[in-house]
Amino acid sequence: MRPISYSRVSDVGTAIGTVAADPTSAFLAGGTNQVDLLRIYVEQPRRLVDINDLPLKQVEELPGGGLRLGGLARMSDVAEHPTVRRRYPMVSESLVLGASPQLRHMASVAGNLMQRTRCTYFRDTEVACNKRSPGTGCSAMEGVNRGHAVLGTSECCIATHPSDLGVALMALDAVVQTESPAGQRSIPIDDFYLLPGKTPEREHPLSHGELVTGIDLPPLPVAAHSRYIKIRDRESYEFALAAVAVAMSVVDGRITEIRLALGGVATKPWRARAAEAALDGAPATTDSFTRAAEAELATAVPHGMNAFKIELAKRTIVRALTEMTQREGSA
Amino acid sequence: MKSQQAVQTTPTPDSAVVRGPDEVEVRLRVNGENRRMSIEPRVSLLDALRDRLDLHGTKKGCNQGACGACTVWVDRRRVLACLTLAISCENREITTIEGLADGDALHPMQEAFLDLDAFQCGYCTPGQIMSAVALLTEGHAGDDDEIKEWMSGNLCRCAAYPHIRAAIRRVRDEQGGDRAAH
Repeated sequence: MRPISYSRVSDVGTAIGTVAADPTSAFLAGGTNQVDLLRIYVEQPRRLVDINDLPLKQVEELPGGGLRLGGLARMSDVAEHPTVRRRYPMVSESLVLGASPQLRHMASVAGNLMQRTRCTYFRDTEVACNKRSPGTGCSAMEGVNRGHAVLGTSECCIATHPSDLGVALMALDAVVQTESPAGQRSIPIDDFYLLPGKTPEREHPLSHGELVTGIDLPPLPVAAHSRYIKIRDRESYEFALAAVAVAMSVVDGRITEIRLALGGVATKPWRARAAEAALDGAPATTDSFTRAAEAELATAVPHGMNAFKIELAKRTIVRALTEMTQREGSA
Repeated sequence: MKSQQAVQTTPTPDSAVVRGPDEVEVRLRVNGENRRMSIEPRVSLLDALRDRLDLHGTKKGCNQGACGACTVWVDRRRVLACLTLAISCENREITTIEGLADGDALHPMQEAFLDLDAFQCGYCTPGQIMSAVALLTEGHAGDDDEIKEWMSGNLCRCAAYPHIRAAIRRVRDEQGGDRAAH
């Protein structure tokens, strides 16, 4: 790790003012991804501004029925929060199925959204990577890419976005609250994540010094009937090969409301809009689920070793919808 | 949904106190004692504990947050010392394996690990024990499946997992079940 200087701040204004004024600085929250990236020289700020004392750890009711997760609320606290578990079970499940208990105590939900890909080539400063060093090329295209994305890729980058929480937030149409010296902004979650395109180094529409202060979950009754299913190489403490966040309402055998998002297979948390369109109003049957899965993965692009993810994603969608239907039916 | 319209605020420009990058005095409270050391801000809590405070119980395994050997408590929550900067722990309460026993009396979890042979090489053991005690506080040791899931952040290359779970079950049952360890 390069030498760094350190500041600890206790209010949002000082935090964003300090980072915005110093291009070589970065916020430090839970540090679980950042300290690792500092140690392997992938991120090289000269100064860390520790924001852990900022008053952004609360989970609060919003007027109108939504819920605000403070940016610095820890993954473990949000996962265990009774209101989150009752009204947004997929959010709680996506958190509990991520990382380990120790890391969940450390990592903030804002940091979870901002975490970087675990692509091994991104993490290896000896090799080409367009995301880490723009213009150098993508080593994953012809490399060991079993874990890489099949949706949302570009000729520049096929790195998978690692967040589980982001997938649940995408299904919910969550809104990211930020603050910078220019003021406060509300950014819909789908706009908060950028596709790699020709600029894979740019992952969020944030300015330097712009801080994620909170995440708003909208009032959404169907979210109480939701879950997060994660398929991986081992059953715990592992990133997704394929994951599905689903909220669904079935009335008289027909799907009356559906929200579906995918993780582990795309360059950003992936809203499965094609699948949603196929499912909306359709009978809640395996045939419908299979057609929806086919529709969503129709544009998938394999890169050799990760070709299996296309079928795996389809099966995970069908399984998630089947299990939701059975649970709704027995409820 | 709120609009995208920016609301003007007046942040204080770069007024934060800068420490480092050279060595600075850092004060930590470890196992109930106040400790001072001169370290660079980049030093991890793990290295500060082992190299500056001679508390070698906390182990360095992967040094990248994958193995759990460095598990300690910060403000009584289990965390990974390798991914924590020591300087960020000022004004926090740090507990390591050395702080678990009550004088010469081992913590019940330490006793259980000894009695039930819950280790072979022992390298992961301090992290396992710090995690196991915290697990009971957190209330996720209801059955073996739950223990497996909530201990998954602590790897054991000797695969002593069945005995580790037995030790956790014993302390859980002795202390009146889940959530009753403290």
